[in-house]
Amino acid sequence: MPEPLLDVRDLRVRFRTRQGLVTAVDGLSFSVAPGEVLGVVGESGSGKSVSMLAVLRLLTNPNVTVSGEVRFRGRDLLTLPDKEMRAVRGREIAMVFQDPMTALTPVYTVGWQIAEQIRAHERISRKEAETRAVRLLSDVGIPDAASRVHAYPHEFSGGMRQRAVIAMALSCDPALLIADEPTTALDVTVQAQILDLMRELNTQGSAMVLITHDMGVVSQIADRVLVLYGGRAAEEGPRRAVFHGPRHPYTWGLLDSVPRVGGPRLRRLPTIAGVPVSPGALPEGCAFAPRCRLRHDRCAERPVLTPGDVASHLDACWLPPDDRAGLRLTARAAGGEQSGEHGEKQSEKQGRDTEVAS
Amino acid sequence: MLVFALKRFGSALLVMFAISVLVFLIFFATPGVDPAARIAGRNADAATLAQVRHSFGLDRPLPVRYLLMMRHLLIDRDLESFVNRGSKVIPQIVQATPVTLSLVMGAALIWMTAGILMGTAAATLRGKAADPLIMLVGVVGVSLPAYWLGEVVNLLTQKQFHDSLFSWVPPPGYVGLGQNPGQWALHMLFPWLTLALLYAGIYARLLRGEVVTALGEDYVRTARAKGLSERRILLRHALRCSLIPIVSLFGLDFGALVGGAALLTEVVFGLPGIGKLTYDALQNLDLPVIMGTVLYAAFFVVLANALVDILYARLDPRARHA
Amino acid sequence: MTTAQDGTAVPTDEVLLRATDVTKHYPLRGARRVLRAVDGVSLEVRGGETLGVVGESGCGKSTLGRCLVRLTELTGGRVEFGGQDISTLSTRRLRPVRPGMQLVFQDPQASLNPRRRAGDIVAEPLLVHRYGDAGAVRRRVAELFDVVGLAAAHLDRYPHEFSGGQRQRIGIARALATNPRLIVADEPVSALDVSIQAQVLNLFADLQEEFALTYVFIAHDLGVVRHVSDRIAVMYLGEIVELAETEALYTAPAHPYTQALLSAVPDIDDGTLADDGPPRERIVLTGEVPNPADKPTGCPFRTRCPYARERCATERPRLAPGASGRQVACHFPLAG
Repeated sequence: MPEPLLDVRDLRVRFRTRQGLVTAVDGLSFSVAPGEVLGVVGESGSGKSVSMLAVLRLLTNPNVTVSGEVRFRGRDLLTLPDKEMRAVRGREIAMVFQDPMTALTPVYTVGWQIAEQIRAHERISRKEAETRAVRLLSDVGIPDAASRVHAYPHEFSGGMRQRAVIAMALSCDPALLIADEPTTALDVTVQAQILDLMRELNTQGSAMVLITHDMGVVSQIADRVLVLYGGRAAEEGPRRAVFHGPRHPYTWGLLDSVPRVGGPRLRRLPTIAGVPVSPGALPEGCAFAPRCRLRHDRCAERPVLTPGDVASHLDACWLPPDDRAGLRLTARAAGGEQSGEHGEKQSEKQGRDTEVAS
Repeated sequence: MLVFALKRFGSALLVMFAISVLVFLIFFATPGVDPAARIAGRNADAATLAQVRHSFGLDRPLPVRYLLMMRHLLIDRDLESFVNRGSKVIPQIVQATPVTLSLVMGAALIWMTAGILMGTAAATLRGKAADPLIMLVGVVGVSLPAYWLGEVVNLLTQKQFHDSLFSWVPPPGYVGLGQNPGQWALHMLFPWLTLALLYAGIYARLLRGEVVTALGEDYVRTARAKGLSERRILLRHALRCSLIPIVSLFGLDFGALVGGAALLTEVVFGLPGIGKLTYDALQNLDLPVIMGTVLYAAFFVVLANALVDILYARLDPRARHA
Repeated sequence: MTTAQDGTAVPTDEVLLRATDVTKHYPLRGARRVLRAVDGVSLEVRGGETLGVVGESGCGKSTLGRCLVRLTELTGGRVEFGGQDISTLSTRRLRPVRPGMQLVFQDPQASLNPRRRAGDIVAEPLLVHRYGDAGAVRRRVAELFDVVGLAAAHLDRYPHEFSGGQRQRIGIARALATNPRLIVADEPVSALDVSIQAQVLNLFADLQEEFALTYVFIAHDLGVVRHVSDRIAVMYLGEIVELAETEALYTAPAHPYTQALLSAVPDIDDGTLADDGPPRERIVLTGEVPNPADKPTGCPFRTRCPYARERCATERPRLAPGASGRQVACHFPLAG
């Protein structure tokens, strides 16, 4: 395996709140190789956004403590002096956020904001920076970029704004692009355009971290997938391996509960009982155990990521490592059994109990 | 743009007309208030009253009287005070205007500077000890009434410490800017500070809230992710956007103050400004002067409103096409 | 109506809701133009079925939903509910009709009064429509809580004390309170996490079965709409461009927009897709949806349509029923 571009070890993010210490990210480790697209998936509260904000040290709330190690090109970003960190942000690692409607400062033109980023990192004239902004905008597919560069954010549609934000992120040729739900706020036809754009960027060599809740988006664009639950990694592996042979019961649930546009139609969707674990109430053992249909005594102990059939495909689960596909069917059957007349109420009741507990 | 300006102008005229009618009616249609009696003085006999009434046109129907007054005020510009016979209204206003403008402009400069500094500082230092401290200063400023504070200032500078610490402070009053700029500034210094203190507190509080909100906005996170310095993020992004609502509020406050709302400060420091003029006219129920000052005030408020709209569009591109 | 796959919930053929040429225009300030949010929509909803309405943001699907239950006044056209024209009824005459048709909103957070207890929120429609004495109302609320899978202990809690999924359950219980025949659900699951979304979708299915409900299910998620709907109307710029049975629509879309929309969905590649036949052709539309205040002449989709021809610019295609009961508003449909 090539030297990773980004190597995160034992990242821990804690928030001090009125209810006490809340652990949003709990000992997370992952890496991104140069030119690779890492898809990070999980539901709300899984820590997917927080962990990436922590990597770039964008968690400015004074009640946050971040520990661990974030190695980027050999340096630990968490211990970097502020000034050097600023030189990394935007130039070596750029970030694109979910909502393009609010991501740009409303009072400056799009071109001005792109030029601002370039001039923050390079000693070039305002004129040159603006010329580059035009080129960037036209590169991301904004028609008539030379005049659109003078437009204000509110004069762009959502899709255009997200393109502009991406153009800005790319302005200093970053080695790594972190995109946090870049298409969630967009319509499906526009999403397809943005995904195409990101795919194209990747072929030009940028490494990417794509944070999303949409399994479909990840399955279209990621090289490797990291599934997070409760601030911990549940499963990690090459895309094909994770989607074709998911190993963790949570990944099974995520994949099964999405209504699909193809394949057989089920009258009832397989569900994961209960609600996503809240960062304030992480269990001692496996974070997913309370919702897991196959939980057993061992789950009281916290599982670590261990390789399964292939060394690159890891999961944090105490189930026997072989025949996960069979276990998946068992779990599905266990869920299906409860969908019967009597069992249904039972499962609703169970679901309800876990919701009450949370 | 022209249509917009015309519309704006038309509505301004309408507002001023409505205000003048209202003021006129309050004074003439209020039962028990007989301007003729005031003009003629106490103990005037019926014949004198009738004569006064006739010579002032007070025996004509209301609409005619209104039109007459407006003609004298705006066209002939020879409307006379009911109380001080012979003194015309317009020159009085013209004389008072620079005093008020000096007071309000100087104070505005001080309070905007202080308010922006305090508000921004408090917002950046949020969570530290300095933030509540700055805000406390602001609250104190807001809660000290101008007339009381003015009196205390006068007491200290003119009496208690006049011989020692404040020997350089001139007596209350006004010196024209054209006459002697140094003396002008010296005379205005304490009135400025007194008036500014109140508004600085209000503006600091408002701005702090705006900046705190802005610092939590997505675009600030974007700016940080771009690798900008904290200083640039604060000034060029957060503060810049926070100023939009502040500026519009400033326009309204400024208009009202120039229109005469600085009355208390003017009275306390013996400044012969518009506020003082209105105050005196009200004391005497001197309708022509009241009418003049009220219309003058309405003019400034409307003007300030229009300026705010233009400024708002300058500051906020989103408002330009609306 | 065909039977659902597992043979349950056979919808009756009676038309419960009929919209005829419904339009909703919003005047634009300053300009003499109007925003054509809904522009001549006709559809029928049969008793017991689920009609899905799908489209991108700004296509008018939510406005249509509000028109159907007359939460907003129509600009033109008529809506019949149970054979009665409700589009012109006075507010007073509308009152007895209201309990029969309810709305479930997208954002459970915003549609529930934060200062009222969950039990009171659900009881409100009962009180408004004079359900009965206090005891009867309380019993009914407890029953509704049980039906939507909330515990009785939840009755006295405030909305913020619930999770997103639970809040949507409260919204559903409120809608069910008056025993409606029709529920119009406007993006009811789009604010929820995937695992919660599945739970709420299952609840919708169960309730339909239990109470013989008719749904108009508005959503932007093509997977969700396919899962819940018997028939689906695809909207674009305030018009229905295609209306067909779910399976027919997804296997052989007839309108180019439907085809593009379906091909744009990033489906999960879990190794089962290959069995479905050849990989779907991907059509990435260029540009974005035009402004509904400035609709193209002729076919609204022609500016982005890969197959547009001259006729599309001059003549507006009408939603015409084809042989298989499918309706398409296209001069050159891709399938019968």
